[in-house]
This record gives sequence, C-alpha cells and structure tokens, in this order.
Amino acid sequence: MTLAARPGWRRMIPKRWYAHLILITAVFLMGLPLFYAVIVSTQGNADVFAYRFTFGDQLERNWNVVMNVRGLGGYMVNSFVVSMGIMAAKAVLSLLAGLAFVYFRFPGKWLVFGFVLLTLMMPTEVMAIALFRIVSGLGWGDSYTGLIVPFMASATGVFLFRQHFSNIPAELSEAAQMDGANPLQFLFRVLIPISWNAIAALCVIQFLYAWNQYIWPLMIVQDRSKQVVQVGLRTLVAGVETGDSFGPIMLGAVIASIPPLVVFILLQKQFMSGFALTRDK
Amino acid sequence: MYMISPLIVVVLAALVGALVMAYHFQRRQALSLTLGAAVGAGAGVAGALLVMVPLNFCTFEAERQALDFIFGVVLIVIGMAIVLIAANWLVPRLVRRENLLAMADTQHGAFRAGVLPPLLFLLPTLGILGLFLYYPMFDTFRLSTLLARLGAPRSAFICLDNFTRLPADPTYMRSLMTSFSMAFAIVILALALSLLIAVMAYQPIRGARIYRTLLVWPYALSPVIAGIIFRLLFNPTAGVLNYVTGSLFGVRIPWLLDPGVAPWTIILASVWNIMGFNILFYIAGLQNVPSDLQEAAAIDGANAFQRFFRITFPLLSPITFFLVVTNTTYAFFDTFGLIDFLTGGGPVGSTTTLMYKVYELGIVNRDLGKAAAQSLVLFMIVIAVTVIQFRGSRERVTYGA
Repeated sequence: MTLAARPGWRRMIPKRWYAHLILITAVFLMGLPLFYAVIVSTQGNADVFAYRFTFGDQLERNWNVVMNVRGLGGYMVNSFVVSMGIMAAKAVLSLLAGLAFVYFRFPGKWLVFGFVLLTLMMPTEVMAIALFRIVSGLGWGDSYTGLIVPFMASATGVFLFRQHFSNIPAELSEAAQMDGANPLQFLFRVLIPISWNAIAALCVIQFLYAWNQYIWPLMIVQDRSKQVVQVGLRTLVAGVETGDSFGPIMLGAVIASIPPLVVFILLQKQFMSGFALTRDK
Repeated sequence: MYMISPLIVVVLAALVGALVMAYHFQRRQALSLTLGAAVGAGAGVAGALLVMVPLNFCTFEAERQALDFIFGVVLIVIGMAIVLIAANWLVPRLVRRENLLAMADTQHGAFRAGVLPPLLFLLPTLGILGLFLYYPMFDTFRLSTLLARLGAPRSAFICLDNFTRLPADPTYMRSLMTSFSMAFAIVILALALSLLIAVMAYQPIRGARIYRTLLVWPYALSPVIAGIIFRLLFNPTAGVLNYVTGSLFGVRIPWLLDPGVAPWTIILASVWNIMGFNILFYIAGLQNVPSDLQEAAAIDGANAFQRFFRITFPLLSPITFFLVVTNTTYAFFDTFGLIDFLTGGGPVGSTTTLMYKVYELGIVNRDLGKAAAQSLVLFMIVIAVTVIQFRGSRERVTYGA
C-alpha cells in the first residue's frame, strides 16, 4: 500500500507499527537496568530510597568514594594491562601458528592440528582447580604473569587465521618466495598488512573475553594491588554492606562497563566476522 | 585382593571391542571382518587400560562396594568408546590411504624450509596449550581420585570415592537439578525472545540499524556487572522493581530471599545479559534467508506465520544449534559471576549451580579432590549436552537453502 492510498489518519501510523511497538518495548526493557544504574550512580541513598528517577547531585562524592577510597582506578589499570596482554599474545601466537599450518608441509601435521582442535572442547573453568595449583606452584599467584600467561594461546585464533590465510591466493606466497623473502618477512610484510580485519576480529572477541573474566582472577589474586576490576567491584559491594550508599557501586559498575561497551559497539562487525571465520569450513 | 581379576576385565574389554568393530567394519566401512576384530580388540584393551591403569583396577577390589563396581564398568565403557571412536575414524582412512585431516591440509604456496621453522612457529601455542590446558586436565583426573586438601603436604588415593559419594549427597543432587533447570530456562527464554526481536528488527523498517545497536549491547557487559545492576533493581528494600509492583499492584516479590523465586531472578538477569549475543547472530542469519523463497510462498498463499515456521525457522537451524551450545555453556559456567554478586548461591542453596559448588568446595573449603571430581562430572555433562545437540541437529538442521 502506498502512502497516498491510505486514509488521512492512517498516515500518522508508521508502516509495520507492530514491529516498532515490539522493538521499542524491547529497547526500553533492555536499556532500563543500565539507565537506572547510571541515574543511581549520581545519587545519594536519600534519592535511591525515595525512588527518584532523575539525576542526583552526588556524582562527585560517589566518584571520590569509588576512586580514592576504594581505588577503582588501580583495578582499571590492572584490567587494561591484563586484557591487552592476553589480546596481543593471542593475536601474535595465533598468527605464527596459522602461518605454520597454511604455508608449511611437515609430517604429523594432522596430529598437531588435532591437538589444537581438541582444546576447543576443554572449558578452562573445568580445570580451574588444577590450574590454580599449577600456577600457584610456579609462584605466579598475585602477579600479572599468572593472569596473562595461561591464556596466551587460542585455538579460536589459530582457526581464524588458518581460515583467513587459506582464502589468500597462493600467488602471493609464491611471489614472495621468488623475491627471496623468508617466512617471517612474508608474515610481517605481506600477510599482516592484508589481514587487519581478521586481526581486529580476534582482538575484539579476546578483549571482551579477557576484560570480563571473573573466576580466574578471583582465585589466583589475593593482593589488591594486582586485582582486576571485575573482582575489585567486590570491595564496592562490601562497602554497601558497611554503610556506603548505592551510588558508588553503580558508578563503579558503569565505569567498568565503558571499555567493553565502546569496543563492542564500535567493532560489532568485526566481532561477528570473527565468529563467521571460525565457523565456516 | 581383586573380586574380578584385572586380566578378566581386560579380556572382556578385548572381546566386546572385537565384536563391535568386526560388525561395524563389515557393515558400515566395507572392510574385512578380521581387520575389524583385530582393531576392535586392540582398541578395547587400550580403552580399558586407559582408565584402569591410573586407578590400578581399584574398583574391582573385593572390599569395594557395588557402586564402585558399577562406576568402574561405566568408566571402562567410556574409555573404550573414546578409543573405539578414534580407531573407527583413523583406521579406515589409513587403510584407504586417505588424507588424514583434510581440514588441516590447506597449504598453498608452501615454503620449502624443512620441519624446523613451522615447529618453531607452533611451539609457543603448543607449549601454552599443553602446559595450561592439557596438563591441568590430566591433573584434574589425578586429583579426582585423591583425598587432597589445598596446602596440605600429603594426599591419599581413595579410588572413586569422590564420585561414588555424589549420588548420596543431597546438596550435590540439588545443585545438579538447579543447574539443569536453570540452563533449560535460560536457553529457551533467551532463544525465543531473541528470535522474536531479531525477526522484528530485520524487517525493512525505519531506524532498523539504530534498533540493532540498541538491542545487542548488553552482551558486552560481564555477568558480574549484570549481577550488580540486578542486585539494585531486585533489592528487597531499595529495589525499584518492588517499588513499582508494590505501588501499582500491591505485590512485593522477595526476588532474592525466597528459594522458589531466586533462581528466576538469576534466569532473568542471565537472559538479559546473553540476549544481545543471540539477537546479533539471528539478524545475521536472517540476512542469509533467501527472499525469493518467502515471496514464492507468499504467492502460494502462505501467511506470515506459516512462512516463518515452514521457511525461516528451518533455515535458521544451524544458527539455533550454535546458539543453544553457546547459551548452555553460558548457563553452566558464565553465570558464576552473576550468582556470586546476586545471591551468593543462596537462599538455602537454591541458586548453587555445579560451577558455584566446585568453587566453594575447592577454593573456599580447600577440598581439592572433591572439587576436581565434581569438575569432571560438570565437564562430562557439557560434552554430553554438546554431542546430543550436535547429533540431533545433524538430522534436523538444514544447511544452506
């Protein structure tokens, strides 16, 4: 039905109004929890218990509690170091492994490939107890090393790059070899410059994973100066029980959510393409 | 003293393996009966030894109970199944001299550089995976047969006691039930709602792109953040939800304090957290549903509901399968942070999932052996759920158009 054919009052109703209705309801319901958290992060407890749905005037006080009393800034720095470390290591190690799988022939390749493939079926959480014993045994408790090193390799990353490299025409590596390039030169001068999309895809997935990790840091780090923000938020929750208002904890939650939210919203496309690359055959 | 001697156990395993494989090789693989019997006998022995040598055949000792015996047999069957499946995959390919892992063998413009460079490139990945995934896995198996406490210098071998005591442990059985029912509710609700919303957002309407971004972001938040935010919303005294329902309908629900309600609070928060992920994938999947099929069906007089259930939904089934697996993993493992911040496993254990129990046992109570055993049960469950879904989906899933 064209717009002109509709009777007058109907023009006011958008086409497929039911879709808009459902979507607006969904957006509203999904956004409400975070929106309310943002409001409360500017309020004092008097506002919270009066159920005021407007911004309060306690943002500065809450900020002071979060940053200076509870030291959220330090936790944020630790989270940045750890997630960047995990992300970068996974990208580099997976690039090297992808190079070996696609551009080399060697005996027992299928066995090595199977070794990597099988790890996709092993959730880290299942062996957290044993891993905890091993990593503390190495003396890596309470350190960035203990938070980063066990997660430096990625089967997902290996498959992503293997898949991506196999879609690159063979002429490229043949030409590089003719020019006398060694494998590492080929990787850095040819492969990486044309693979930024795949690298970004892996980085988004791994950054979100690393930033949002909770069980492992909770287990392995007791020293507060080395703790990441997901666990650090516990001190703010404990603060509520000992008389802090709800404002600081909500402010803390909002601050800790900003990096993954920004990364996810800006790089949604890369996030999706990463999954697509590891999923097709 | 053994009730049944290890030798008999191994011979039985060889016989069963030989029978199964002889039959299977002849009927399915079109290979000779004797080859099947030989491979099957070998694989059967290997499977039985794989599980029983580390245990020293302790489940067949005379002083053990019936439950140990049953668990021992089940373990042997699992071990045999693993080796037999591997042999069934490997041997026919070896006999026919096929490419062993076609997937692994994409190589074009290969460098002629010998064996050393590729192994050097692989070494960091293999080293990390071996040391921090395979070795802990192996260590988890070892720990699960021990009476071991964190920080205690000595440990004792107790056969399968850490496993055989589980069925009689009411708190464990309860958390098993809790995990399963919560996972079920989370998967069903998260998938159904996401599909509905994705179908709406996929329609050619104004602002479709803005809607999409506004619908998927909650996935970027960690379960911990979801837990903190919902703790405020569902708080019995300060919670805004009870304020609204209380002033509108006079109903105040004890979201976090009632054992019957608290699991639903966790389910709601999880669904809120994971839905964005599902919507993202369903919208991407809908873009691959060919529109000519829809139009043809519309011309044939199919209404919107018929078109959805006969065409769109079957074509989305590969995505649905992928999402069922990821959402199940989320429900079993990732809800840990959410539960820790929202209910702490309570009230009276009503939201203690299997993962939460493993953490409580291993880290809080320092009982490593028990925690390792329960980790392994959790591992088996997740593998089993994945395999069942995979097999089920292979029959019903439509790949491509």
